Amino acid sequence: MERREFLKKCVMVIAGASVPLSALTLIDPKKVLAANPDIQWAFLVDTNKCVGCGFCVKACKTENDIPLEANVTRTWVERYVYTKDDRRYVDSPKGALNGYTEARIDLGKGEFKEIDKENVGKAFFVPKLCNHCSSPACTQVCPVGATYKTDDGVVLVDRKWCIGCGYCIMACPYAARFFHPVLKVADKCTFCYHRLSKGLDSACVNACPFGARKMGNIHDKNDPITQIIMNERVGVLKDEFGTKPQAFYIGLAQEVR
Amino acid sequence: MVGQLAQHAMEVHGEAWTIKELFTLPNEEIYWSIQIVMYPFMTGLVAGAFVLSSLYHVFGIEKLKEIARFSLVFSFALLPVAMMPLLLHLQQPFRGINVMMTPHFTSAIAAFGFVFSTYGCIVATELWLVYRKYFVQTALALKAQKNRSSIDGMRLLLFTALTLGAWDISDEAVEKDHKACKIMAGIGIPVACFLHGYAGFIFGSVKANALWMTPLMPVIFICSAVVSGVALCILSYVVVQEIRKFMASRKISRWANDPNAPTVEQLEGAKHVEVMIASNYLMYFMIAALTLEILDLIFRGYTQVKSWDILREVIMERDFFKIFIMQYAIGNVLPFLIMVLPGRTVRRTTIATVLVLFGVFMMRYNVVIGGQAFSLSFSGFMDYSLPIIPHNIETFKEGLFGALTVAATPFVLFYFINKVMPAFLKEEESTH
Repeated sequence: MERREFLKKCVMVIAGASVPLSALTLIDPKKVLAANPDIQWAFLVDTNKCVGCGFCVKACKTENDIPLEANVTRTWVERYVYTKDDRRYVDSPKGALNGYTEARIDLGKGEFKEIDKENVGKAFFVPKLCNHCSSPACTQVCPVGATYKTDDGVVLVDRKWCIGCGYCIMACPYAARFFHPVLKVADKCTFCYHRLSKGLDSACVNACPFGARKMGNIHDKNDPITQIIMNERVGVLKDEFGTKPQAFYIGLAQEVR
Repeated sequence: MVGQLAQHAMEVHGEAWTIKELFTLPNEEIYWSIQIVMYPFMTGLVAGAFVLSSLYHVFGIEKLKEIARFSLVFSFALLPVAMMPLLLHLQQPFRGINVMMTPHFTSAIAAFGFVFSTYGCIVATELWLVYRKYFVQTALALKAQKNRSSIDGMRLLLFTALTLGAWDISDEAVEKDHKACKIMAGIGIPVACFLHGYAGFIFGSVKANALWMTPLMPVIFICSAVVSGVALCILSYVVVQEIRKFMASRKISRWANDPNAPTVEQLEGAKHVEVMIASNYLMYFMIAALTLEILDLIFRGYTQVKSWDILREVIMERDFFKIFIMQYAIGNVLPFLIMVLPGRTVRRTTIATVLVLFGVFMMRYNVVIGGQAFSLSFSGFMDYSLPIIPHNIETFKEGLFGALTVAATPFVLFYFINKVMPAFLKEEESTH
C-alpha cells in the first residue's frame, strides 16, 4: 500500500466512524434515561408558620430508618430567642426530635439557661434540611463519586459505594450530612426520593401540621410553590458559599446561619 | 442489656470524643480526628525525607552523602505508613480501593492513589538504582559459597530476584545507574512536593471551613513537611549512629569479626559533619514555614471577615496554649534558638529536632482539630478529647493507640528494609 493510499483510507475510516460515534453525543444516554428532565425539585420553608413541634423530625427519622435516639438527623428545627437586653440564644436539642416543650435554652455540656418570659424580645423557629444545592460542594469532593446529583435536582448517596471518608461531611456548609450510625456511610436528606418518585409528598412535608414545609417543581411555572418563590420575598441560607441552595425560606432572619 | 446494646449501636461516629458547647448544629461532630492529624504528618515526613535525600542526589551536596542514602531508605519505610491513617479513619476501609477504581477527579482526594503510587514507584526505582551494585555483589558472594545454609539459600533467591537480571556492574554500567538515579531524584522532588502540597489542598479547598480555607495551605504544608522530614532524618540518623557506636565499642555483630568495620571515631566524625549541614537546611525551611503561617494569621486578623470573631476566640483564647505555646514557642522558636546560638553541637541539634517534630505535629493537630473546633453556625464550639483507653474498635483506631501504631510502623519497617538495603554501606560497596 502506498503512503498516499494509506492516508486516504485512514481519512475514510475516521470519517465513517465519526458518524455512528457522534450519535453517542447526540443521544446523551444520561438525558434519555432521565425519567423527568422537566422536573427540578425545590423546597420552601415558611418560618412564620413553624411552631417547633418536631413532627417533621420524627416523621423523617421513621420514614428513612435513622435511629430515633441517635444524635444525628436529616432534618432539624432550630430555636432562636432574642432577649430585650440584646442577647441571642440558639438551640436545637436532639434536632428538636421531641419538639420544644421546655422554655429553657440548651447550652450544651448539660447546661441550661432559663430566660425570663418578660425579657424575651422575639423568638422563632427555623426548620433545616439538605438544601439540594445546584452546585453542591459535597458531590464535588466525593473521591469515588458515591454522592451525586440526579437530573431532577436531588443530591443522593450511593450507600453501596461510599467509602466513609467524611470529606462530603466536611465540605457541606450546612452540616446536613452525617455518618449513619448503623450503616457507617454518609447519609443525608433525599427529599424522600423514594416517595417523590411515586408521586407522594416527602415525609416531613406530610407530617407538618401547619404547612410550614412544602415542595414543588421549580421548572413548572404553574406550580404554586414556584409561584411563591417567583413572586414573594424568599431567601436562602449561606449564599456566600456559591452552592446555590434549592431550599427557599420565607421570613428568613439575617442571624440565621 | 438489650437497651445498652441498642444504645451502643446508636453511638454516632465522633460522639465518643466530641464535647459540644453552646449552639452547635445537630449533625456536627469532630469527624476527622487523630488519624487525619497523622495523615499529613506522616506524608510530610515521607516528602521531607525524600527532599533531603535529593539534596545530595540532584544538587550534588557531597557532604550529605551518608544521610542522603539513609533518608532515601527511611522515606521508603515511611511510604506505606502515609496510607495507613487514611485506611484507619475510613468508615468502610474495605472499600478504600474504590478510590482507584472509580476516581472522581473533581475531588482532591481522588488523585491520592495515583500520586501516591507514582511517588512509590519513583522511590523504589531510585533505591534499586542505588543498591543494584550491592544486590549483585551480595548475590554473587552467596552463589560462591559452598555449603549454603537454608537461610543463605533464601537470601540468594531474594537478592537474585532483586537484581532483576541486571548483573552488569562494570564502571560504565554503574555510571549509567548514577545518571538515571539523578534523573529519578529530579522527577521525585516535584512529585514529593505535589504529594504533600496536595494534602494541603485537601484542607485548603474546603470552603465550608473558615480556618482551613486559604490558598497558602498547600505551600505551608510543603514547607512544614520538609521541616519535619529533615528533622526526623537527623534524629533517626543520630540514634542509629549512636547504636552503631555502641555496637562498635562493645564489638557486637559485624564489629566482632569484620576488621574493616568503621571505628567509633570514624562514626563520630561522619555524624558531626552530616548533622551540621542537614540542620542548616532544616533552619532555612523552618523560617519559610513560620513566615507563611504567621502571614496567614496576620492576614486573617487584619481583614477581619465574618468568620474572624469565632476564629479569634478559637485561636487566641480556647486553643491559645496549643497554638502559641506548644506549636510556636516549644515547636518553633525554642528549637530555632537552640540551633542558631553559637557553638552548635550534635546533641543540641538532636534535642532541637525532637522539638521541631513535636511542633510540626502540633501544627497538623491545630489545623485539623482546630478547624473543627467551632460550629458552622459560628455560635458554638466543639472540643476534642483524645480517647486513651479504647472501649471499642473505633476508639482504638481513632485514639492514642491507633496513632501510636501508625507512628511506630515506619521504624519496624525500616528495621526490615535495612536488612535488605543497608542504609550504611562502606564506600567500595555503594554505587553512590
